Amino acid sequence: MLVQKGKVLALVGNHAVAYAVKQAKPQVLAVFPITPQTTMLEKLSEYIDKGELRAELIKVESEHSAMAAIFGAALAGPRVFTATASQGLLYMTEMIYWVGGQRVPLVAAVATRAIASPWSIWDDHQDFVSKRDAIWVQMMAENVQDAYDITLMAFRISEDPRVMMPVMMGFDGFILTHTMERVEVLPDSVVDEFIPPREFKLIDFDNPLGIGAVATPDNYAKYRKKAMEAMERAKSVIKEVMANFEEITGRKQYGLTECYMCEDADYLLVGMGAWVGDMRVAVSRLRERGKKVGLLKIRVFRPFPREEVREALKGRKGVVVFDRAYSFGSGGVLSLEVKANAYGLTTPIHTVVAGLGGKDVRPRDIEGALEDLTEGKLEEERWLA
Amino acid sequence: MMFLRGNAACPGCPIPKELDALLEVTGKKTVLVVPASCTSVILGDTQGGQPSTVPVIHSAFAAAPAIASGVAASLRMRGEEDATVVVWAGDGGTGDIGFASLSGAAERNENILYVCYDNEAYMNTGIQRSGLTPYGAWTTTTPSGKKEFKKPLPLIVAEHRVPYVATASIAYLNDYQSKVRKAKSIKGFRYIHLLSPCPPGWRFDAGLTVEIAKLAVETGVWPLYEIENGEFRLTSISKVLVDKSKRKPVEAYLRYQGRFSKMTPEEVKALQDYVDKMWEEIREMTKK
Repeated sequence: MLVQKGKVLALVGNHAVAYAVKQAKPQVLAVFPITPQTTMLEKLSEYIDKGELRAELIKVESEHSAMAAIFGAALAGPRVFTATASQGLLYMTEMIYWVGGQRVPLVAAVATRAIASPWSIWDDHQDFVSKRDAIWVQMMAENVQDAYDITLMAFRISEDPRVMMPVMMGFDGFILTHTMERVEVLPDSVVDEFIPPREFKLIDFDNPLGIGAVATPDNYAKYRKKAMEAMERAKSVIKEVMANFEEITGRKQYGLTECYMCEDADYLLVGMGAWVGDMRVAVSRLRERGKKVGLLKIRVFRPFPREEVREALKGRKGVVVFDRAYSFGSGGVLSLEVKANAYGLTTPIHTVVAGLGGKDVRPRDIEGALEDLTEGKLEEERWLA
Repeated sequence: MMFLRGNAACPGCPIPKELDALLEVTGKKTVLVVPASCTSVILGDTQGGQPSTVPVIHSAFAAAPAIASGVAASLRMRGEEDATVVVWAGDGGTGDIGFASLSGAAERNENILYVCYDNEAYMNTGIQRSGLTPYGAWTTTTPSGKKEFKKPLPLIVAEHRVPYVATASIAYLNDYQSKVRKAKSIKGFRYIHLLSPCPPGWRFDAGLTVEIAKLAVETGVWPLYEIENGEFRLTSISKVLVDKSKRKPVEAYLRYQGRFSKMTPEEVKALQDYVDKMWEEIREMTKK
């Protein structure tokens, strides 16, 4: 297929995601307002009001009900969507697991934000990573374009018969949700072709099913094993969908991870989310000063790119993982994932915990930690707090 | 038969009959949304097939009205507005943990028929008190009897100004089914509250279920009424019970149930006074 040139727009992250959602044509939405997601809900309401999106928006009384409502709607056939953040994501947790366990294809956007208490409306990844065991594909955007791209791909991945799983698109609160960037959007007709019509319907009056009934221990274990297998299959499906998307858009999609200047790097920086943009700057600056450093971006958090990460770690003199979420009493969440896949390798893996509750992190902070790594001065775990 | 026999209900449990009577009226194009409750067990497991002849969506405890809202929206999108989306929930799922979701769906006037089968405690987990357990009743968490009165849920739902609210009883099957029939013909949020006697939880002989249900109505403890577009109307035998002399004393209802066996005469009087006061309020409502 030829590269399809669409319009170039200036959009804040929330509006870019809303635009992608409009093009994916969900028929039922249920969203509850929460900072920093709210302006997406407002934009979606506007699209529906103007008739640009032919959908019903259920104005639910909580996030728990938002996820419940789109779960019910999805079972009956239509494509559905919701979005939330932070406390809202925690409040809908029971239904997040419910939807994952039932393997219902749907898409949710998460404008990542710290978790109370104390109150914080600012960005980190504690909310997003806390859903890692809920049987959801989880992808994270680096910039506004990426948030638009991932949202479109999420619908296709979710509904792929080999996957049949909900997909969560994480993008950093405020840093991306409220920042205006240049976004290339696809023509509607191209999106129509990219995301084929949804084929999923469990509510059938001629073939009445019981959905989510009690499972005996034997059956429950089997269902969980099937979910594990589907999650493994999802890896190749995600790569396939990304390759197809790259073909259509001409924008490089890389895959589950992206290696930046890391081919010959002795030292590797690992990160996920918006600050990967700052990491690119930090790595480039150190390269200019002759340091052999590189960057590994985690684009897909679930299924975790085990093989890619392990491969990328091999032969490095040192690795530092930047973490925006922490498992208290254990370690940085992303670090733990990376370490688990470095079993048997001798590469030392360091952690920098930073950006919690929106604490500002600048390229020079990243550069400093990376430089310390190259000079053997970085602690096993450093907190920028 | 719309709800098959050979299900996992306890002996004397009215739930299968209540469901069968419901589905007889709402028909094949019905979706049941069932939150955690006795019915989750009665419906069987994923392998053995289910007694329901219509689709069932099992729901987390607090989620049923929201799930039903989503199903109703999708059926509208599918052009299948002739289907009935039913929430079939217990008293805890309705009046306690699911209350916010219920209130939200009622306020949005979702096109749902909500049936609360009220067995007056968390029976599925082994008889723990709920907000709808009546005054004086023993449960495992109220060993010397509940000190608070039952949450007046049908009236609270009616305060949402929904098009239809009714109470019903398995002992008055025609009254129950005619309410379901009426509810089915109305669009928007409809609510039926079914008093559902529970032999093991209320401590009575499994052969007495219908008797107990009947006594609840005859003593005035459970008035049968409907509120259609704000208009209150007593139904069935409850129509004559505004006259106190026509009502049996509450003792007649209490004495067959072990859960009330430790009530003192003062407590029985307090419950009688509560029931009499409720009927004074009903008298006022019928005048409106």
